[in-house]
Amino acid sequence: MSGRLATAFAKPHPALVAFVTAGDGPTPAILDALVEGGADVIELGMPFTDPMADGPAIQAANLRSLAAGTTTAGILDIAKGFRTRHPDTPLVLMGYANPMMRRGAEWFANAAQQSGVDGVICVDIPPEEDDVLGPALRAAGIAFIRLATPTTDAARLPAVLADASGFLYYVSVAGITGKQQAAQASIAEAVERLKAATDLPVAVGFGIRTSEQAAAVARVADGVVVGSAIVELVGAHGKDAPAPVRDYVASLAAAVRNTTKEEA
Amino acid sequence: MARGKRGRNRLSLSAHHAMSPRVMSANSYRTQPDERGHFGDFGGRYVAETLMPLILDLETAYRAAKNDPAFQAQFDDLLEHYVGRPSPLYYAERLTEALRESAPQGKGAEVWFKRDELNHTGAHKINNCIGQILLAMRMGKTRIIAETGAGQHGVATATVCARFGLPCVIYMGAKDVERQQPNVFRMKLLGAEVRAVESGARTLKDAMNEALRDWVANVHDTFYIIGTAAGPHPYPELVRDFQSVIGREAREQMLSRIDRLPDLLVAAIGGGSNAIGLFHPFLDDADVKMLGVEAAGEGLDRKHAASLAGGFPGILHGNKTYLLQDDDGQIAEAHSISAGLDYPGIGPEHSWLKEIGRVEYTSVTDAQALDAFQLLCRTEGIIPALEPSHAIAALTKRAPEMDRDEIILANLCGRGDKDIFTVADALGVAI
Repeated sequence: MSGRLATAFAKPHPALVAFVTAGDGPTPAILDALVEGGADVIELGMPFTDPMADGPAIQAANLRSLAAGTTTAGILDIAKGFRTRHPDTPLVLMGYANPMMRRGAEWFANAAQQSGVDGVICVDIPPEEDDVLGPALRAAGIAFIRLATPTTDAARLPAVLADASGFLYYVSVAGITGKQQAAQASIAEAVERLKAATDLPVAVGFGIRTSEQAAAVARVADGVVVGSAIVELVGAHGKDAPAPVRDYVASLAAAVRNTTKEEA
Repeated sequence: MARGKRGRNRLSLSAHHAMSPRVMSANSYRTQPDERGHFGDFGGRYVAETLMPLILDLETAYRAAKNDPAFQAQFDDLLEHYVGRPSPLYYAERLTEALRESAPQGKGAEVWFKRDELNHTGAHKINNCIGQILLAMRMGKTRIIAETGAGQHGVATATVCARFGLPCVIYMGAKDVERQQPNVFRMKLLGAEVRAVESGARTLKDAMNEALRDWVANVHDTFYIIGTAAGPHPYPELVRDFQSVIGREAREQMLSRIDRLPDLLVAAIGGGSNAIGLFHPFLDDADVKMLGVEAAGEGLDRKHAASLAGGFPGILHGNKTYLLQDDDGQIAEAHSISAGLDYPGIGPEHSWLKEIGRVEYTSVTDAQALDAFQLLCRTEGIIPALEPSHAIAALTKRAPEMDRDEIILANLCGRGDKDIFTVADALGVAI
């Protein structure tokens, strides 16, 4: 497993995981702002024409990015630049299977590895189809991060956890990104169930946008993922997005860092 | 007309009647997909984790239904008395003669049609909708969603929802809503809620994305009736099975009418459900050739919808298949005059049949389809939909190259009433 991801989740406070869509706005400066604001892990979204698991905010960001001419090569360059500027902050690519698989799994895994990428989250490759991408990523030393959801029942969980690495991403809502947040009680219960089944850190995402929500989730999870709210700021501020993004992430980071992890 | 028995392509009935898809030899083309839903390299279950448990439940429920004589009996009963099956098998005598006029001496195959445009709602789509809504009710689902492009699958879904009293939401690209108002109104008359999709390119693929977004948020009570033989496993298999009534009937009708099988099957392909429905029951008849016809739109070097001819394997909407896409895997916009073929992908079984060479695939432009549309109107008194007009265009090329005692069977999978405004517009006629 990537040393950077392990280190990020070994900090005394829960990790703040910040998502932004590559190529929407001045991405390198926005990534710097995420780190300055206190994000512990960066998820860099690879735009896709058909983001069927995403809500309106990230859909719009995908289309803005593609309209601006974003390419896979460009995204890998952004990652490479980030790695040079921030040698210690883990970077995870997140997106859909088709852009990742277009030139073949080995090509993608090697290109990601050479760009300093620590992990990959692919929305539409479930464990049942792991063999198309998972082995190539793992061979390149990149974590293939699995997702668990409210519909992942006990019978299915072992399949999700088999070959999981990096961290486990708990999608707290059965739905698309950027909509409502799940009830705190259900999140706590789900994380407890997941942590009983794996030693991997568990990060929780979907629908988290306020400091209060982030702090509440941080009390029960190893990581808090915030995406749509950041992407909306980028949409609203465009080229001027880095400053408001930094301030917003700083408010989330303060909330998360003031939280004491409850040891399971 | 009295028809003698032909020498060519005659077969032993007993041998064929003994075959059933699941007990045939390892060389059969009819045993796909494998247990993971793969047709060779294609197909599969490329969906978000939230949907995986539901997809697995659906597979279990479908296996049980398939083995339940009561399910099959209810399906057959509805197809007979509600849909109007079996659809006729029809020898298109004047079209055959018209094509023989330009054929060399001794050439000019007979053209026959499977008349699925005579089904209730005017297309083959209803066969699949009947099967899926019975499955939905069997699974205890109480809400139906579907995507639609031209509106044919939306109308068929709204129809079965009205028939069984289930609430129904149809996702349709905003651009398609604008250009297919009659079908939008039909769906509303049938009690469906039509949601115009403003995201992306505002056409069929975006409607499918939006239906998937609805489904992922409502997995507990909602069944997604996918309209073509694509999507995550087990959809390509179950849609094929429900549509295979077309090919099973056609095969029996051919044998009982003229005691032989056709030499060539022809069908149009968007997602490919009418084509796989016709082809599948014949796949192990080695002497029956098959031709799938994609939409070449304005031409393969311009805007088109021919995924096999102009695409590459990729992953979209739950399955691995040929897709129109760029070098970075971004999905391209498809174009066809036929909204039902206007999709940048194709069902995974067709991708497999292409790769193994069992089925030949070709493509036909908007202009060629329009010519064929008019040819059938005038020679046979049948107004075909623009989708099967692509199949008709392809067979007008093949028939004059084949012997007079050979037989082409094409699937007339939809009627053209819905298309008269599009055709008038293309012909420069104001109505």
